[in-house]
Amino acid sequence: MALLEVSDLRTYFSTREGEVRAVDGVSFEVESGKTLSIVGESGCGKSVTALSIMGLIPKPPARIVSGSIVFEGRDLTQLRDRELENLRGHEIAMIFQDPMTSLNPTLTIGTQITETLRRHLGMSKGEASRRAVELLEEVRIPRAKNRLDDYPHRYSGGMRQRVMIAIALSCNPKLLIADEPTTALDVTVQAGILDLLEELREEHQTAVILITHDMGVVAEAADDVVVMYAGQVVEQASTVELFDNPEHPYTEALLGALPSLEGEGGRDARLASIPGRPPDLLDPPPACRFAPRCPHANLGDYCTVEPPELRELRPGHWVRSAHPTSERAAVAV
Amino acid sequence: MSTNGNEPLLAVDGLEKYFPVRSGFLFERTVDHVKAVDGIDFAVEEGTTLGLVGESGSGKSTTGYCVLQLMRPTGGSVRFEGQELTTMKREELRRMRRQMQIVFQDPYSSLNPRMTVGDIVSEPMEVHGIGTRRSRRESVRRLLDVVGFDPTFTNRYPHEFSGGQRQRIGIARALALNPKLIVCDEPVSALDVSIQAQILNLLRDLQRDFGLTYLFIAHDLAVVRAMSDTIAVMNQGKIVEVGPAEQIYNSPQNEYTKALLTAVPVADPRRQRERKAERRRLKHALSEGF
Repeated sequence: MALLEVSDLRTYFSTREGEVRAVDGVSFEVESGKTLSIVGESGCGKSVTALSIMGLIPKPPARIVSGSIVFEGRDLTQLRDRELENLRGHEIAMIFQDPMTSLNPTLTIGTQITETLRRHLGMSKGEASRRAVELLEEVRIPRAKNRLDDYPHRYSGGMRQRVMIAIALSCNPKLLIADEPTTALDVTVQAGILDLLEELREEHQTAVILITHDMGVVAEAADDVVVMYAGQVVEQASTVELFDNPEHPYTEALLGALPSLEGEGGRDARLASIPGRPPDLLDPPPACRFAPRCPHANLGDYCTVEPPELRELRPGHWVRSAHPTSERAAVAV
Repeated sequence: MSTNGNEPLLAVDGLEKYFPVRSGFLFERTVDHVKAVDGIDFAVEEGTTLGLVGESGSGKSTTGYCVLQLMRPTGGSVRFEGQELTTMKREELRRMRRQMQIVFQDPYSSLNPRMTVGDIVSEPMEVHGIGTRRSRRESVRRLLDVVGFDPTFTNRYPHEFSGGQRQRIGIARALALNPKLIVCDEPVSALDVSIQAQILNLLRDLQRDFGLTYLFIAHDLAVVRAMSDTIAVMNQGKIVEVGPAEQIYNSPQNEYTKALLTAVPVADPRRQRERKAERRRLKHALSEGF
């Protein structure tokens, strides 16, 4: 059994204009020691998925309408707040995008690390601060001992994200959810953070859910990938398989829209863009949500009337489209 | 007024922007300087793009502002069509600015929320007293059409549109005075990938159709490569390497450029595995150098 199994998760937000289906039937699994990446553009529901797992969605307006989130055999959607609190920061930890705002500016770095240790592991003050130094050393903060009494503003962006990782790892979580952990950082700093996450994952066999919009980060760090579009999973496969044989027209277009750093495609290559923009989740298209932007869907196609199911094209490779690449090629011949 | 034969459209020499660091109570004095831009030279030929790339704090945006004199440099020279901008008076500069425009990073904060789309695009023409009310309205429709924004929406407000659409409004405004040079300061970094490609393609089409010259500032190395003829890499206020785009990307000479390039993950898992190894080797080599 996988460490985490999310099945048919639906998280909706009630707004004055109606119900926003931010996450609408999402399923995936994460194994210990593996990194699963959830990739998609803004508003596709990747962060809401993460917050739903953590039990951190604002209720109201949000609510989990249906589905289950089974972590080590327990359904998190059925737990009481108190039980969730014991799990959060202990067995499941999260790092957020913006290291500038996710630390409390009025508390020292040391206080913020030891807080978790004392709350979840019941350590004494002395024990906790000794452990805090070890943790800072583990995330490569130089002169860790002297920096414990500093306030966050004395740390750079990259160092703050290291502190966030130290806090997240302080209780040896089984699952780490990283929501765009390097988006606010420079590329050279990002490289260091990704290296660090990889080392720590290998050492502690942590399962990682890495949420990102950057296909480069996915290619570097993920074992498996879930591509989300408009609140749904549209494609899922191992990383190598997904990049070698993208099946969903959206995944294909997304990869085509990336300017390249190496080889062909400098100044003269035209970038493939996706016409239009993602649908309004208050009133999503009735059938396939990508159909209005899909170059392969014609008006009157059955995929514009009947929502396509997520189906397994090859072992482990799932796609939600009536026009996956391999089937189009077969038709063309 | 005309360009002499050898002079590039924009020539920057020894450009410096130092910010004073003050200290003391009552009797404040300058104790040090932050050298945001520290003596840089570059030139941009008409109709080409110079890509200015670097990490946050490298001084690339400050350079853009100093070129347009939106920030006055503390030293060096900026010549546009052979004319020195750094010593120009306000009124002269105002006239020059017709030729030089800017597109900002954040289409959410760079458009006045109280103005309609039509007013935003026609304002530069009003300020410079170009045309009549009627001809300006006609120009606005034409400009919006050029940037791929539905001209029937001229009476709407910016908040009604997505980031990509807003960036199109910003570009239409920058084009309103028919400029020669446009400074693009991180024009796509706030946009999603699929929308980013639309805007980059638009900027390239406009360059081709109107012979525009771009100073293209960005932190994303792949984006800069897609847009630039020449690349200048900035680090800590200095240009560490400059050259034709393909040369910089295929055979970088400077250590910082190399480190920067290998730090970018590429969307190809097999290739990225090799790059990761290269990056770690380079990092090791760099740290042993200190």
